[in-house]
Amino acid sequence: MHGIGRMQESSYFGDLPGVGEIHTGTTIMAVEFDGGVVVGSDSRVSAGAAVVNRVFNKLAPLHQQIYCALSGSAADAQAIADMATYQLELHGMELEKQPLVLSAANVVKNITYKYREELSAHLMVAGWDPYQGGQVYGTLEGMLIRQPFAVGGSGSAYIYGYVDASYKPGMSPEECRQFTTNAIALAMGRDGSSGGVIYLVTITAAGTKQEIILGKELPQFYDEKSECKEYNSLCETAK
Amino acid sequence: MLQADWNPQGGFSFKNCQRNAFLESSLKGLRVPHARKTGTTIAGLVFQDGVILGADTRATNDSVVADKNCEKIHFIAPNIYCCGAGVAADAEMTTQMMASNMELHALSTGRKPRVVTVTRMLRQMLFRYQGHIGASLIVGGVDITGPLLYSVHPHGSYSRLLFTALGSGQEAAISVLEDRFKPNMTLEEGQQLIVEAVTAGILDDLGSGSNVDMCVITQAGAKIQRAVSTPAVISKRQGKYRYPKGTTAVMKETVTPLALEMIEETVQTMEVE
Repeated sequence: MHGIGRMQESSYFGDLPGVGEIHTGTTIMAVEFDGGVVVGSDSRVSAGAAVVNRVFNKLAPLHQQIYCALSGSAADAQAIADMATYQLELHGMELEKQPLVLSAANVVKNITYKYREELSAHLMVAGWDPYQGGQVYGTLEGMLIRQPFAVGGSGSAYIYGYVDASYKPGMSPEECRQFTTNAIALAMGRDGSSGGVIYLVTITAAGTKQEIILGKELPQFYDEKSECKEYNSLCETAK
Repeated sequence: MLQADWNPQGGFSFKNCQRNAFLESSLKGLRVPHARKTGTTIAGLVFQDGVILGADTRATNDSVVADKNCEKIHFIAPNIYCCGAGVAADAEMTTQMMASNMELHALSTGRKPRVVTVTRMLRQMLFRYQGHIGASLIVGGVDITGPLLYSVHPHGSYSRLLFTALGSGQEAAISVLEDRFKPNMTLEEGQQLIVEAVTAGILDDLGSGSNVDMCVITQAGAKIQRAVSTPAVISKRQGKYRYPKGTTAVMKETVTPLALEMIEETVQTMEVE
């Protein structure tokens, strides 16, 4: 019933799940703004065709002001996040200071790179520190790359065009949140393995703020918005 | 410090896999024995005072029922229980190991065991074995932080949930739970819902059957109830098939003696005291 350990390398567009193996089949996104970052994810965890958890929070805290977004094989991603949290806590204690976001990204990258043949998960690291402000790092397949914004997971393939066209440097935190929400909602609409609710975390010097955007509040686009008067009145009478 | 009774020493040995594959292909008609799976429905939910776990009691060996009344709700700690699905032996041994490790851990820390500790130990072990230990578990309990319910999968992933179901009957059970679950239910509502969810699995999944077992865990403690409900009772035979002599009227009787010749006679004496 459970999948045998997969040896395939993680593809650029996310990983395809083996039968029975638990997969996050995700859309994750992180955007940097002046003074912090916004990280967002969907909430679907699938095992083959079944949804195992429809409210899973894929944004895991690595440290006080550093979060990571999980994608790929759920077990691998959770295991990497646990290891990274532990190592970072130890590092923070030794340093007697908050660790840098770059350190967190390196910790994750080292684990991902060392075990890249065995693991199939991608963790995106984002956070705020006093030296470089808000930072977003991608660690796909063991590389370390800082980006102004990053998308990941199987659903990201459907929104590359949207994010490339919509991103403007110098956005405000609110604009970044809206940008992230729209992008993830669009991906959830097209990717079968992404869905549920949107979790958002905004990290600034002041701290972290978590938000959940539930189904009814998700942004709707042309194919979901109903402009038809008859349809709307039908909905009203049905309520 | 007391050490856990089980030290990890390498992983599984796959030496015989090649030999088994060769035997299966070269010897026609050889059926390699498979691990017995529980073919289960297990479910759990959080209600206002704690956690309720439910399970069916059928263990299958391919398509034969191996055990009509097996226990799938395992003890981990006085305030933590665990339902197991997947490979029967793996679930059983894993939960037994967790129970003994939790006892040692509680003794060495001097604190009551916590559900998060059980979950973490479970998933770290299952991850180490990369899914070869086929145990899907629902861990539920009430500790100092409150009621908690986790589902753990064979590869080591876990989820914290308010209600969940695992096993071959999970689809049937989860549909009932999705429909009728409300946060902060009372004990009666919660028990009713768990019985309905596991019953859905028993009736609509071939791998699940027999009775519904239930375990209610609150701050006060845990209570296991075996065979709370038996959804599919084997019906009693309706009538008798014996008829008294004379029911059928005899119209005519003809006796034809057969001419037999005695060929040999042997007498064996029986020793009677």
